[in-house]
Amino acid sequence: MSGDDRSDLTKRLLQLAEKFGQIELENVQVAVDELTLQLQPAIATATRGITALQPPAVISADRLIEAEFVKPVEVYAAQVAEVQLGATRAEGGTRSVAVKIGGAKVPPFYSFEGSNPNKPVFAMDVFDMPLTLPKVVRQHYEGVMDDPAAWAKKSVREFNADIISFNLISTDPGLKNTSAEDAAQTVHDVLKAVDVPIIIGGSGNKQKDPVVLEKAAEVAHGERCLLNSVSTDTDYKRVVKASLDHGHSVVAFTPMDINNQKKLNRLLLDAGLPRDRLVIDPTTGALGYGIEYSVSLLERIRLAALKGDPELQMPILSAASNAWGAREAWMKSEELGPREYRGPLWEAVTGLTMMMSGADLFMVSHPATVRVLKGLVDSLLGTGETDQKIEDWITAIE
Amino acid sequence: MPEKATLLTVYKLLPQTNCGECGEVNCMTFASNLLERKMTVNDCPPLVKDAKYKNQAAKLAELIAPPVRELTLGVGQSAVKIGGKQVVYRHDLTYHNPTAIAIDVSDKLDDAQITDRVGRAEKFQFTHIGENLRLDAMAVRAASGDPQRFAQAVALVAKSSRLPLILCSFDPAALRLAVEQKGVYERRPMLYAATRENWKDVGALAKQYSCPLVVFSPGDLSGLKSLAKTLRAMGNNELVLDPGLWTQGRLLKDSIENLEMLRRSAIQKEDKDLAYPIMAVPAVAWIGESPDPTAAAYKESYTACMLLTRFADILIMHSLDVWALLPVVTLRQGVYTDPRKPVAVESGIKPIGAPDETSPVLLTTNFALTYYTVANDLEASGVTCHLLVLNTEGLSVESSVAGGQFNAAGVKDLVSSSNVESKAKHRKLVIPGMAARLSGEIEDLTKWEVMVGPKDSSQIKEYLDKFWNGPKAP
Repeated sequence: MSGDDRSDLTKRLLQLAEKFGQIELENVQVAVDELTLQLQPAIATATRGITALQPPAVISADRLIEAEFVKPVEVYAAQVAEVQLGATRAEGGTRSVAVKIGGAKVPPFYSFEGSNPNKPVFAMDVFDMPLTLPKVVRQHYEGVMDDPAAWAKKSVREFNADIISFNLISTDPGLKNTSAEDAAQTVHDVLKAVDVPIIIGGSGNKQKDPVVLEKAAEVAHGERCLLNSVSTDTDYKRVVKASLDHGHSVVAFTPMDINNQKKLNRLLLDAGLPRDRLVIDPTTGALGYGIEYSVSLLERIRLAALKGDPELQMPILSAASNAWGAREAWMKSEELGPREYRGPLWEAVTGLTMMMSGADLFMVSHPATVRVLKGLVDSLLGTGETDQKIEDWITAIE
Repeated sequence: MPEKATLLTVYKLLPQTNCGECGEVNCMTFASNLLERKMTVNDCPPLVKDAKYKNQAAKLAELIAPPVRELTLGVGQSAVKIGGKQVVYRHDLTYHNPTAIAIDVSDKLDDAQITDRVGRAEKFQFTHIGENLRLDAMAVRAASGDPQRFAQAVALVAKSSRLPLILCSFDPAALRLAVEQKGVYERRPMLYAATRENWKDVGALAKQYSCPLVVFSPGDLSGLKSLAKTLRAMGNNELVLDPGLWTQGRLLKDSIENLEMLRRSAIQKEDKDLAYPIMAVPAVAWIGESPDPTAAAYKESYTACMLLTRFADILIMHSLDVWALLPVVTLRQGVYTDPRKPVAVESGIKPIGAPDETSPVLLTTNFALTYYTVANDLEASGVTCHLLVLNTEGLSVESSVAGGQFNAAGVKDLVSSSNVESKAKHRKLVIPGMAARLSGEIEDLTKWEVMVGPKDSSQIKEYLDKFWNGPKAP
């Protein structure tokens, strides 16, 4: 209601009130706000007066004016490339299943426009050395944190991970400075321990990552892993070559910048990486710490892809486990409620927000996140059962 | 087809005198501000004051009215605006009017329970990035089936809270009894809801008392559109659409696509019959006999979050658990942040408190979220220090360390350009825990002793108490 409407209403009510003689204005030279305030009881009296003196307002319509809803369907010019993760024995690898991501033809969960060929999938984080994880996460991995193979196995068997995201953080010169050869051996161990596809991550060290990923690619020859990641200031050509030589795909990481992402994608395609081997990570901000930038970034990227921008037609990877960087997720606080609930919810919301914005593949840390988001995907795709009756929700909630 | 609001069509309706009274250089700039909703028609004094522009002003207001109607719940200081949406996607402009969150109250509760619940809803507050995040309204449910009890409960909520009211019943008689309570109609309560069964009576009631009205047509968008069209024809202009929400199973798919279709119809297809704010009720996650409270609150919370990115303008929620509400109010704050606002603050050196030459020197980035979080934490915990703000092109510590914008050379430049060496006599720099891997390089380049601080700024105070004058940090 604008200020004008409001003063009109006040005026109208004033007139009514005067008409019914139920208030008297002794001093009308008051400020408008004050007038409104002082008139509150008068408005009441005035309205009461109408009720008492007149029958309810005459209804002009006595039959429903039927109107038809027409689905506002758009047509999209293009689609996102499809990328396969993992190779089965028949395909030259040893995975029992391969997972396809991407291929979107319509915006995420715009089911009335069409269905996308592949469901979002969930990779669980495994690290090659014990690290400081929030207590709420750590408690699920006690006993396996110094054995990446056991950690990966537990994530698949007990927590239903679709994919393992194996991060070679110990190769960081600032940490253990593990050699590329030794790191590659643990990749081999993890590949033997589980039969789902794996993502191989470096430590984030720009100089060393290409060397580490190259060696890992060699050990994982033919397994169609996802090498995570390259950026504009790393030796991406080296990683692209390793992925071509050994049959893997590559993640292109950029920090929150659509133009930079396009540039990197172009560089990788120009370096000979096929379209069906490229996944992008445009950065996932944690809930409360920049997630809104990621929302708009992903929405722009996906819409641009569907409208035909070939430099953005890649499946999107989201590191939803970045959620644990937010203090609201891990901090002990009586005021904020139990962190055992708060933490996993924070990760689930970070993940689902990215999913609604277009992400196809997720890296998560907490078992509950996988469970919740997989259930949600089923519902959003219309496959879950329901017997929920909401029509009488006013009385149906206890 | 009505004329589209463009720079030119808007400009044509302005006085075109370039008088500058609005504070802009000319009418064209003002037109552009109107289109971006940085200013309103009322910001042009001649349009408002001069009678000869009256027609133009009215036309202009109509022309630039957002495709989703804006309406106000409640009165006075607690009033809250909903709707007023201009775009489907946030990146196309910005989302106006943050999704309002109403908390339900059942009339089956006794009076003490009702006032307690209202008190908890009013008291809920979470401070994040310098903003107080709160709940917005109370939705009273006629769960008892007794109109008298409903009216009593509504009157009690009205008395105990200044928050806007939503009266929920499908029984027109119960709604009327409740609205006509003293202390209720003055508040312009929103009525929930008009349906295919009760629309005549509920529509008349809403019209009579000028109350905003929710139209409820679960799973039937043609029904929703018909009801909205009819109620509008009856003179109800302030409508809200509830197409029904199922939180479980395959009907969630329909619920979400209905919201998408409604918003797209209103904005892209300019369907005037659907140009209203959207309501959704995540509280339905609690339907059933003795639902597990943790599971229900969990589901309600993430469903509400999902609806925030799917166009809901107002939500009715049941849980008052802080852990469940926290993600919802936090995501709302984020999604409703204007994307046109710069993501970076000025780099350089900022005094926190009144630092002297013995005060600690801390380093952070110029990403607005990072900077304000750190600055708020420091101020709240009473830390006095020099805060060096590094230009990381508006990226957080984690992203800029990964992306290379946070680097030792940049820190070295900042140390010299900020003149910090004349402000502090020591040479000890506390860097963010997430930038630990750069500590060696920073030491080499700056010749300062680098101390690796905590990963989270909430722990800086504790860290400084322990390490600044004590033993060397790890």
